[in-house]
This record gives sequence, C-alpha cells and structure tokens, in this order.
Amino acid sequence: MKFTGTDNYVATEDLMIAVNAAITLERPLLIKGEPGTGKTVLAHEIAAATGRKLIEWHVKSTTKAQQGLYEYDAVSRLRDSQLGDEKVHDIKNYINKGKMWEAFDVPAGEVAPILLIDEIDKADIEFPNDLLQELDRMEFFVYETGETVKAKMRPLVIITSNNEKELPDAFLRRCFFHYIKFPDADVMQQIIDVHHPDIQHNLVKEALNIFYDLRDIPGLKKKPSTSELLDWLKLLMVEELPLEILRSRSRKDLIPPLHGALVKNEQDVHMLERLAFMNSRERR
Amino acid sequence: MRQAGIPVSLREYLTFLEALKCGVAGYSTDNFYYLARTSFIKDEKNLDKFDRVFGHCFKGLEALKEENSTAEIPEEWLRKLAEKFLTKKEMEEIESLGGFDKLMETLQKRLEEQKERHQGGNKWIGTGGTSPFGAFGYNPEGIRIGQHKSRHRRAVKVWDKREFRNLDDGVELGTRNLKVALKKLRHFARTGAKDKLDLEGTIQSTAKQGYLDIQMVAEKHNAVKTLVFFDIGGSMDDHIKLCEELFSAARSEFKNMEYFYFHNFFYEGLWKDNARRYQECIPTYDILHKYPSDYKIIIVGDASMSPYEIIQRGGSVEHWNEEAGQVWMERILETYKNVIWLNPVKEEHWNYTHSIGMVRELMDERMYPLTLQGLDNAVKELTRRI
Repeated sequence: MKFTGTDNYVATEDLMIAVNAAITLERPLLIKGEPGTGKTVLAHEIAAATGRKLIEWHVKSTTKAQQGLYEYDAVSRLRDSQLGDEKVHDIKNYINKGKMWEAFDVPAGEVAPILLIDEIDKADIEFPNDLLQELDRMEFFVYETGETVKAKMRPLVIITSNNEKELPDAFLRRCFFHYIKFPDADVMQQIIDVHHPDIQHNLVKEALNIFYDLRDIPGLKKKPSTSELLDWLKLLMVEELPLEILRSRSRKDLIPPLHGALVKNEQDVHMLERLAFMNSRERR
Repeated sequence: MRQAGIPVSLREYLTFLEALKCGVAGYSTDNFYYLARTSFIKDEKNLDKFDRVFGHCFKGLEALKEENSTAEIPEEWLRKLAEKFLTKKEMEEIESLGGFDKLMETLQKRLEEQKERHQGGNKWIGTGGTSPFGAFGYNPEGIRIGQHKSRHRRAVKVWDKREFRNLDDGVELGTRNLKVALKKLRHFARTGAKDKLDLEGTIQSTAKQGYLDIQMVAEKHNAVKTLVFFDIGGSMDDHIKLCEELFSAARSEFKNMEYFYFHNFFYEGLWKDNARRYQECIPTYDILHKYPSDYKIIIVGDASMSPYEIIQRGGSVEHWNEEAGQVWMERILETYKNVIWLNPVKEEHWNYTHSIGMVRELMDERMYPLTLQGLDNAVKELTRRI
C-alpha cells in the first residue's frame, strides 16, 4: 500500500519515497527536523492512511529500552507472596508487556501495526543501542519466563528525533532517514489550505509574508514554525482583524499583530521591538 | 560518497539495491535521488555533501536530457546583480582585468569549489573579505552577491539547489546547535538527598535480612561542573555575537556553571561584571582555591595579542603585572586537569598570529576553533580525563 499523504497532511515527494521505502522493506524510518514541522503527526497520518493501528511510545529522559519490551513487577510479587496469593506461583502474572511487545503481538488476521518511538534522543545515550537487536530481528528474549517473543508481522517503526543527541552509527545503518526541511511558501500554502480551507486568500498571502520575514530575522532564539503559523492564522480568523492592519503593519514595523502566537520568547519580543524602533527612526 | 567523507557502508548499499528491486523509486531521476538519499544519508549534516556527490555523478546524464540545468541560472542572476552594483568605471576596471565573462567564469568555478562556509553560510558567498567575490569587500573588481529576495526558486534540479547547505558541521553555530554540542558534556551522578526508593537494593537487602529493609538512593543529576573564562574587549569585539551564543547555551545547559572575564590573558585578577572590573576584581588565586580540581575549564578567547602579554612581567596592556601571564596560565593548568581553549578565530588563520601559537603550546595543543566540529572535539577532550 502506497502512502501519498492524507486530507490533513501534505507530504512532499521525497517524504513519500522515504515512507514507501520503509513500508516496502519493513525497515525503521528515522525522521528528523525542526520542532513543529510535523514529525509526530506523520506517524498518525500514515496510520490513518494505511488503516493500521498506531502504538505510541513517548520517550523521556528516564526511559529505558527494557521498558519498551517488558517489565517485571517484583514489588507486586513480593506483596502477593506475603499475602499468600495463589498468583504468586506463576511468574507470568507479574510481567507487564511494553509497547514493543504490544506491537509484535498482533492477533491473527490483523495488519501489522505502526510503532511510533517519539523523540528517541531524549533518552539515555545507550537507549538506541539497546534496541538494535530488537528492531533488526523483531524479536527479544524474556529472561524470567525463558520464552522468545517474535513478531508475527514486522511492524512499521517510525522514530522521531529532535537532534539533541547523536544516534549511534550501528543504529542508523538499520534505518531509512528523512530530514523534514522547513516548507517553502508553496508547500506552506498547501498546508494552510488543508488546515483552514475557508480562510481568505489575501489574508494568507499577507500573513505568509510577515511569517517568512519574521523567520528571516537573524538572531531569533526560536524561529516560528508551521504549527505556530497555523495557530496564528486561526487567531487572526477568530479576531477578524481587518486586512489593512496586517498590510500596514508589515510595512511600518516588524511586530505583527497577535505576535504572542508566533514569538514565544520574551527576549525575541524585545529584539523585535528594538528592531521596530530602529526602523521607525530611520524612516524619519 | 566515501571519498566525499560520507559514512556509508555495505549495509546501506544492499538496502538501497533491495529497495530498487522492489520498485520503490519507479523510473524517475528525482525519485531515484530521494530513495538514494533516504537510504544512504543518516544525518542532516551530510545531506549537502550527498547533494554535491550526486550532482557531480549525474551531471553528464542530466545534461543529455536538459541542457540548461544548472550553470546558467546562477550566472544570470549574478550578472544582473553585478550590473546593478558596479559603476561604469568599475566595469571598465574589470574589463582591464580580463573581462566580465572571465570573472564570471572564475566565480562559477569558485562556486563549485566552495566547500566551506564563509560567514553565515547559505546566502552569501562570503562577507567582509578581500576576495573578489563577496559582500562588503575591498577588492575593486569585487562582485557583491546579495541575498536573493524571491522565495520561489527556479527550476534548478533538486540536488543542485543544495538546500541543506547550512546544516553542514563547519557552519557557525546557533544557540541550539551549541546546546546540543555541550549536552555531550553531561555527566549524570547521584548527588543530594536520598529520596528515591532503590528497588533492587531493597530486594537484595530484604532477602539478606529476612525483613523488609527499605533502601533509598539519591536522584540522578547532571554533575558536570564548569568554569568558563571569557576574553572580553579589544580584538574580541569581532566575535562578541558568537561568544554570547556560547554563553547563553552554556548557561542553560549547566546548573553548575561559573563564569569570569579576563582581558587578553590571565593575570592576578578576574572579574564577573565588566562595568565594575576595576572595583570588583577577584584574585585569581581565590578562584583557583575556591573551585576544586574536578571543575572543567573552558577558556574562550582569540589569543591574539602581543607576545609580551604572555611572557613578560609588566606586559599587560592595562596594568603592571608582577608575574607574567604565562605563570598564571601554568597555575591554572596545574590546578585543573580538564582545560580547553576555544578560539573564535578561524583555524586556518591561526598560523598568522604568533601569540596563538604560543598559547597553543602552553595549552598542549588543546585549542579548538569555535565551530560545531571544534566544540565537539573540545567536549570529547573534556570528557576524556575524569
């Protein structure tokens, strides 16, 4: 089944190729990109488009690879043993399945699910290495029970990274890689059309101009991204600001109306104010 | 690709062939390019190199199909710009230097050769230089190449657009990149109050004692302690933005970070507040004694000064120093095992300044350029000796 984007998600051609390569060869797909370019959403959309189940595994700084496989709940067993519960004799009762086990363990007749490992770089540096074998062979060994869990169908694994840590080479070799670059004006237009179909065309044009100008300002700590633009447009629509304000503002100074949705850092706001002040002084 | 320094291996190649066999790419060149990119490249800093290799390999093939694929567009664009910015007299001067076309040809060649960034990376060929190409230059036959306003690029082939240029790891850094590089310096250790249940310890000790014996451990924290010395004023003014970025990145990354300023080189005193540097000087000895030897020292400075400021008593430009700067530097190196020097001056210019060589010698070659690559190496050096 080919992935060609969905009603809510504009996929560029290179992204489609990467996704389809990963689907066809059943290899993991590693997605990187600026925050707010839709890395996580991609997994949701692939799931929606191909009708597969999505299993999300959000990684935190404390997450261990083992937690994705299974966890042995020793404390419950200790408690049950003190209470004399019958359950205590079977160790299986105390093994909690992790997300990966869940993804491997599909009931017969269903399609292989999609496993999203979100923000893998948040975890410890050894985390990806610990998952090498599991992702490659799609099987792992449960020491407590002595059984081997093997995927009946290889799930599609999508991994996102914000680039906070470099991933080990051995891990990268096993993945397809795609870097979502920041969309240019054309693609951005399509994305806006998909999210706000009933928006005025002129409004979008003016807003996009301001948005890209803002991104071009050197030295912004956090450049506004796609998701921020979409929020801002929504605000503009709700507030029903007359178009003239947007137009005149863009010429007179740099601070766009309702900038709180775009610029999230008070130092950035200060900088904009300073630039605007200098601009207006030059004009005089 | 390996020649171009892209880390590819047999495994990627096999994967790529397999994908081709399965017909993922179809029969279009663009799709072939995308597939090759997704299978071979695993880090966005290599994307630009890949584009160049791909462009190089497929140049001939593409030319058969579309004759005006790449060369013409930049030239056209440059010519227009040049006409706009050059006066008649300057045009004549160019004429005398072999003519406009000749200059364009050289520029075209240089564009192809250009591998390293010049200031800022993706939009300018170079700024502030004396090369004939670049902005704000001093060369009379210089061509100013400006930021092109249009966001709609023309039909350049995708891999020739080299969109990922500014992600190459030679480029100068933004705060985020800096943070990522500094993050590798993290070193987690258990310090502080014991307020977490140590499950394994509890089970083990319970089994041993025969009753429920609860063990606690402290939470893991980033235990790296850093001391940063910034050179301030004088020749450092050129690098102030870069240093600010490094400073803010380091501030947010390390809880245990202390910073001090110095001017050109180390003497008896350092200070924390530039406005009050003469009133509130902190004796360097106090600093050496206050911060134990497990602190990691990062010195940021251009090390460009008169050699006397390093080796001579009284050589400082600001005051009479009883002991030479060299002596103080050695004291610092004796106290701390992990010391590195970050130099915002480009590495290829180091040989032109005598004092940089002297400081490097003092530092035992532990001087690194303030680029992502340099910072990476510096962090590696800092983590090596614990």
